[in-house]
Amino acid sequence: MTDMNLTREAVRAIPDRLEHPARRALKSWETLLLAVAVAIFIANSFASPYFLDPWNLSDATFNFTEKAMIAFAMALLIIAGEIDLSVASTIALASTAMGAAAQVGVGTPGLVAIGLAVSLACGAFNGALVTGLGLPSIVVTIGTMSLYRGISYIVLGDQAYRGYPADFAWFGQGYAFWVISVEFVLFALFALLFGILLHATNFGRAVYAIGNNATAAAFSGIRVERVKFILFLLTGLMSGVAAVCLTSRLGSTRPSIAMGWELEVVTMVVLGGVSILGGAGSIPGVVIAAFVMGLVTFGLGLLNVPGIVMSIVIGALLIAVIALPRLWRKWRG
Amino acid sequence: MTLTRLLKTREAMLAVAIALMLALIASRFPAFVAPGNLVAVFNDTAPLIILALGQMVVILTRCIDLSVAATLALTGMVVAMLNLALPDLPVAAILAVAVALGCGLGMVNGLLVWKLDIPPIVVTLGTMTIYRGTAFLISGGKWVNAHEMSDAFKAFPRAQILGLPVMSWIAILVVVLLAVLLSRTETGRAFYAAGGNPDAATYAGIDVGRTRFLAFALSGALAGLVGYLWVARYAVAYVDLAAGFELDVVAACVIGGVAIMGGVGSVAGAVLGALFLGVIKNALPVINVSPFWQMAISGAAIIIAVILNAKAGRTRGRIILRQAEAAR
Repeated sequence: MTDMNLTREAVRAIPDRLEHPARRALKSWETLLLAVAVAIFIANSFASPYFLDPWNLSDATFNFTEKAMIAFAMALLIIAGEIDLSVASTIALASTAMGAAAQVGVGTPGLVAIGLAVSLACGAFNGALVTGLGLPSIVVTIGTMSLYRGISYIVLGDQAYRGYPADFAWFGQGYAFWVISVEFVLFALFALLFGILLHATNFGRAVYAIGNNATAAAFSGIRVERVKFILFLLTGLMSGVAAVCLTSRLGSTRPSIAMGWELEVVTMVVLGGVSILGGAGSIPGVVIAAFVMGLVTFGLGLLNVPGIVMSIVIGALLIAVIALPRLWRKWRG
Repeated sequence: MTLTRLLKTREAMLAVAIALMLALIASRFPAFVAPGNLVAVFNDTAPLIILALGQMVVILTRCIDLSVAATLALTGMVVAMLNLALPDLPVAAILAVAVALGCGLGMVNGLLVWKLDIPPIVVTLGTMTIYRGTAFLISGGKWVNAHEMSDAFKAFPRAQILGLPVMSWIAILVVVLLAVLLSRTETGRAFYAAGGNPDAATYAGIDVGRTRFLAFALSGALAGLVGYLWVARYAVAYVDLAAGFELDVVAACVIGGVAIMGGVGSVAGAVLGALFLGVIKNALPVINVSPFWQMAISGAAIIIAVILNAKAGRTRGRIILRQAEAAR
């Protein structure tokens, strides 16, 4: 993806004096996004009398927690200049493996281990093809997107797996305390972990460096291929966590599970201010974007707007958030 | 080009692979290679061939169009509803509407890529959902069924000319037009140049953005054309029409040796890539393999093809120049 845009490399202007940090924070993408989130929240509470109920709000979080967990890992991958379109298919394959294991009586810990192992293997396969053979990640993952879900279709056909053990439901249907679901706790935990990993470790700096200039990063002693491989592993692993949560929440596995989620995950990441060209973005941005998307879909749902219309909104949002700043810059000269 | 080098090209390898596949199937099921059935297989693959050619032009310019299947569905829905409202509208007008609408939708993609510099994958991921959603909005989720379509509307793609259905003839016509466009016109060379080396193309006086815009418009127009043919041939229009078909289209290109980084690809390659997938799809039920295998097989085929492409790219070097020399 990086050399797709050689011609677009803008000359970086270095200002004489940096703005005050507080001023800069006020003008940041995250602040704008937060304002949007608050506006949607207020609009929703006026639009529907059912919105402000704590249990309804808790239900609303299920719209985005699973996707957001993948989005954290995807954000790092996109910042590093790669992409993984096979995440939803990885969920399908991991869920199918868990379903098959549940049929032969494997218990909950075993199911989780199998789900995570399969998704890790999917990530490793993507990573090996991209970093080992130097192939473009977009084609590789379009291929594995077909392959992984295709294997689910071979195994399941038009059938479905049910009969998960009763305590397996804890991940997707359990509550940690009061209205705070287990999934929401996992979401918060992973937000924190990925935030630290990206913003407070050498690894995180390496991710930015690779996304900005992979060649320069390599000459600075960063093992570019290894970092990218780890990022594919992480994305696979987080797809596995999402697969566990989603399978547990639905209580069944069909090969069409999580169909089209790759689009929503990428939208969430881009909406969160991550540059699709790599090199820029933050985890707090992705967290707020997750809330924005969750609130929009939930609010529209309360107003009985059909799912496919919501996907129009998501698609338009994806283009608008990238187009508007560019239009603004053009208009200002 | 010497004979040995010719045999090593992607096109020759694919042709041999398809011939081998046909021979293997024929050894157990001779009826599959009967001329009548081969015509049916070709006709069934015609939409994929047309779309793969449009996609190839987009990929040549270092872009990608993931909205082709959604464009197809929206155009198909619009012409089906148009036929429902005005049953007496001639097929020529329907064809014009389909191509114009598809072209317009492609131009939207192209404008966003050209004027706003938004990465093509983001643009077309977005428009993919918007176009299909729009098909839902205008139809209210309802189907247009066979009995609601006029006879002329349904008959056009199936009409036989010289033993081939019109659908196949249109595919052949598109193949010829694209072959001429890409090898004999300035615009055609610009597609290769814009993707092969955008900087060099700019210095050579080619407007890279405008070239990409034209590629998207062409891809959209072809998707619109297929939208009508598809709806008329299967005599049904619904929102989820051809859902996921964009992946088969990209797969056909990648298998046909079109390099995703742009600048490399041939009409023959894309056509053979589409035929490769078409033969597999039609052969699976014959050799008693569940159709559920098809998705995994095309996924595996994409991965194998992209590995082969990368190897070929490393050893063969600058393809554009060589093709230019060969064309002289």
